[in-house]
Amino acid sequence: MSTTHDEVSSLADGPSVPARRPVRFLRNWSAKLATVPMIATALVIFVGCTGWTVIHSFTNSKLLPKLNWAGLDQYRRLWSTPKWYVSIENLAVFGALSLIFTLVIGFVLAALLDRKVRGEDVFRTIFLYPFALSFIVTGLAWQWILNPELGLQSVIRSWGWDSFTFDPLYNARIVIYGLLIAALWQGTGLVMCIMLAGLRGIDEEIWKAARVDGIPTWKTYTHVIIPMMRPVFVTSLVLIASGIVKVYDLVIAQTGGGPGGASAVPAMYVMESMFSAQNLGQGFAASTMMLLSVVIILIPWAYLEFGGKKRG
Amino acid sequence: MISVREEKIVRLTTSLLGATALCAATSASALDFEVTHWWTSGGEANAVSKIAEAWNATGNTWVDGAIAGGGDTARPIMISRILGGDPMDAFQFNHGRQAEELIEAGLLLDLTDVAEEQGWKEKINPPSLLDACTYEGRIYCAPINIHSWQWMWLSRKAYEDAGLPVPTDWDSFIDSADELRAAGKVPLALGGQPWQATGAFNVMATALAGEDAYLAVNRDKDAEVAGGPDYAKVFEAAAVARDFAMGSNVQDWNQATNMVITGQAGAQIMGDWAQGEFALAGQTAGTDYDCLPGLGEQAVLDAGGDAFFFPVQDDPEVTAAQKQFAAMLLSPEVQVAFNAAKGSLPVRGDVNLESVNECTKKGLDLLAAGNVMPAGTTLLSPDTTQQINDLMTEFWASDSMSAADAQARYAEIIANAD
Repeated sequence: MSTTHDEVSSLADGPSVPARRPVRFLRNWSAKLATVPMIATALVIFVGCTGWTVIHSFTNSKLLPKLNWAGLDQYRRLWSTPKWYVSIENLAVFGALSLIFTLVIGFVLAALLDRKVRGEDVFRTIFLYPFALSFIVTGLAWQWILNPELGLQSVIRSWGWDSFTFDPLYNARIVIYGLLIAALWQGTGLVMCIMLAGLRGIDEEIWKAARVDGIPTWKTYTHVIIPMMRPVFVTSLVLIASGIVKVYDLVIAQTGGGPGGASAVPAMYVMESMFSAQNLGQGFAASTMMLLSVVIILIPWAYLEFGGKKRG
Repeated sequence: MISVREEKIVRLTTSLLGATALCAATSASALDFEVTHWWTSGGEANAVSKIAEAWNATGNTWVDGAIAGGGDTARPIMISRILGGDPMDAFQFNHGRQAEELIEAGLLLDLTDVAEEQGWKEKINPPSLLDACTYEGRIYCAPINIHSWQWMWLSRKAYEDAGLPVPTDWDSFIDSADELRAAGKVPLALGGQPWQATGAFNVMATALAGEDAYLAVNRDKDAEVAGGPDYAKVFEAAAVARDFAMGSNVQDWNQATNMVITGQAGAQIMGDWAQGEFALAGQTAGTDYDCLPGLGEQAVLDAGGDAFFFPVQDDPEVTAAQKQFAAMLLSPEVQVAFNAAKGSLPVRGDVNLESVNECTKKGLDLLAAGNVMPAGTTLLSPDTTQQINDLMTEFWASDSMSAADAQARYAEIIANAD
């Protein structure tokens, strides 16, 4: 960990470094050379294109990008559009719930499997399988399951419960929970596997010590095991969070943003502005806002996690 | 994409089979002409195959680039291919303002010489169709058909099942809608795609508020009319129609048409392209289904439709083929074969459809009588259209948004329209 960190910083220090310590800079030159394409990609695609997008969000570009300055007009319009508010509200609800439930369900499943159940391999496979499906397939499958005419509702009604109603995808108020179900079904398996790996990494001696001290199992989990699994939780958190911000294909496949635009998400707003409405400037403004919200959350967290004290 | 793959296959066969494959290679390069369009429903696919047949008969090869999911899905794909340097040879668009910027950027082929040679100016009726293809005096697209939105399709079976007379205007439709619902039918079929809600609304606007009010809003962007009493009537009517559309639970327009065809639904407000679906299902106008232009109130048709545009390409051979294709689209044979299958009207005043059904005849009569107004796509920018689509789909799907709220937001969009 520490060597890589030094290398990165020496690389970042730039031209002054080789003058003083040329030998150090040339060490592992082949490895450094191999990373050059990736560094170039990162700079051009991530930094370059992000900058380009932000710049063009201050223009009135329509179908083609042009540098006709429009000041903050695009942002003013963005923040007066009801659909944008619906989108961010959906993302907030979906994000918070999917974060909590994915972590909780993932951890509970992992903890249960870790109690040395019989047929662990079978369960692990079953839980992880949905992750092998793309969001498009997941969305489509759950669109059918939740369709009142041919899915769950009709099956239960055919069993005799005639008043049973469960059609989240056709009800604007609860459609976001229909999406949540599909997302959890798809995503918890992976988190479970990561958690399971984390649990397996806990030294057996700790369990023995806890047992000797007479600490109940659940308390061992909450007070000893979970704090020890902090890095695992951080990894899961990053994976889940990045999935939430870019959620798009699931919505497209499952609801298409319907009913009546009630399940729109910011990424969809961006796509529609850019391509259906032929209004690039508006789409860029919306994507800049998405970037900004990620940055606002990420920077303090990154600072706390990596900035404060050096970890080994 | 397809041509690249074929080229690869050709190259592979060349190396494997030598001389034999050389012939294949030359024939493949004769000219693969890729045409992208979003005509994928049964009736539409049938119609587009007529163009393909005519094109293949000229010795060129039609490469079909159909994109499923309607114009809203297809247009971004087409535009990104053109901008991304992988243009198709021809593509379908609704004429009007959608292609404005592509023309400005010099990405589309100038067809003025073809138009002059073929005398489009004299032949195309109504002339507004050619105007919609004209940008700064040059012609950039070839109109292929006339479509109008202002139609309501009624299922005789649904009304017979319910023991009701088939409505003859909007009011009698409203009056019988509750009884139709009681008979287990959805009175008004409406698909979930946003453009369908907007379209139905605009039809109600022309029928109930009148042509003048419609043009004041859509052409002159008069927010006062949009917020005024004429449009208030339209929003009230739309709020009523919204209840009648509950329970449609379909996405695509042709699924909604199918509900009318099978008698599950009483009516659908949809453009005359729906006729292609009725025809494909073997139904006859006047015996299986009825049509009400302008909802049986004020019948004015908007002469919109489809047109083909041609991206500029370097290869002069392709350019020649593009011009040949453009000329072919307006030939009397293609006009008749295509429009008969699609349920649309020909763009030339001088061709006759051999067998015209009752509904098409009504349309032709209205056209001849000059009850024509410019289409929405030629008046509003895609940006404004998208905003209206968003509002309409929210309004039609909502059970809580009031007509007054929707109208206030509508007036605001019109006030800010470009």
